[in-house]
Amino acid sequence: MSKFNKDKEKATPQVSTASLPDIVFMLLFFFMVSTVMREVDLKVKMEPPEATEIKKLENKNLVNYIYIGTPLETKIFGTSPRIQLNDAFANVKDVQPYIIGKREEVNEAEIPLLTTSLKVDGDTEMGIVTDVKQELREVQALKISYSTREKVVKQ
Amino acid sequence: MAGKNAPPEINASSMADIAFLLLVFFLVTTTMDSDLGLSRLLPPPLPPEIEKPPQIKDRNIFEVLVNSNDQLLVEGDIMQIAELTEATKEFVGNPSNDESLPEKELKEVDFFGNVEVSKQVISLQNDNGTSYNMYIQVQNELARAYNELRNELSMEKFGKTYDFFLETGDKDRVKAIRKIYPQRISEAEPKNVGGAQ
Repeated sequence: MSKFNKDKEKATPQVSTASLPDIVFMLLFFFMVSTVMREVDLKVKMEPPEATEIKKLENKNLVNYIYIGTPLETKIFGTSPRIQLNDAFANVKDVQPYIIGKREEVNEAEIPLLTTSLKVDGDTEMGIVTDVKQELREVQALKISYSTREKVVKQ
Repeated sequence: MAGKNAPPEINASSMADIAFLLLVFFLVTTTMDSDLGLSRLLPPPLPPEIEKPPQIKDRNIFEVLVNSNDQLLVEGDIMQIAELTEATKEFVGNPSNDESLPEKELKEVDFFGNVEVSKQVISLQNDNGTSYNMYIQVQNELARAYNELRNELSMEKFGKTYDFFLETGDKDRVKAIRKIYPQRISEAEPKNVGGAQ
């Protein structure tokens, strides 16, 4: 009899929160999956300089990246600055085919909107950067962006 | 034995908290790698038949040289990077209509009517040995000079900054301001400016 008495004492049954974790986990997995960085494996040292007058690059699908810096594995690749396109080291001569290849991947109408983001290590000398810029000019990829970090302005 | 038939439920309400914690952690840490940078437009390649570049009067050119030791030479004088913005603003704005600073010509601009627009050109030259850090700093200071001038002009005319119009996408006003202070940074064909190593 005591069993029945107990049941009567409970006034309102608790709302089951057992499904709440499932919902949250679903959200969690959604975020974990959707925020995958399509970032290449950096093979060069990358400490971009700081600047204040910077703009955000808008359409990421229309940005090509060129990395320039000293190789991380200096024992194998030496210490002189190298160019990295996609996942591999490249020469200055490879820049034009790279840009042309990237152009084929996008819509024809969007080709003029293609931007080249130069991610260059701060300690690199300008010589190699100028060479790359000349290559870009020749292939008519004139929109560029010097990738920088945001400088915190002391007030 | 009635108690054994209904084993006590594990309290799962804290599971949600744990999951939320993880969710917040991922939300905060996976900041999209937003790519920030200084946008520039490269000049188109030179046509094969070499024409003489248009002559620009000396007073209209602001010469900035950076050598391989990251030293600045501005209009023939050694300068520190911190002074560059002010010097550029002085040159581009030419508030006192100085003879040695750039000429101005009357132009019709929306919102402003006829305004004197300076014919300034900034010529930036760097050496092959200049460090990228220095180059970006110089580019940044030059851009800052333009942005400050534009902001000042915009505050004077509209009571709001140029940045505000940029953010709100007021293209007409942005265009008008840009017409008065066009950003003309010309980079010479690469050559060695020199500077001992």
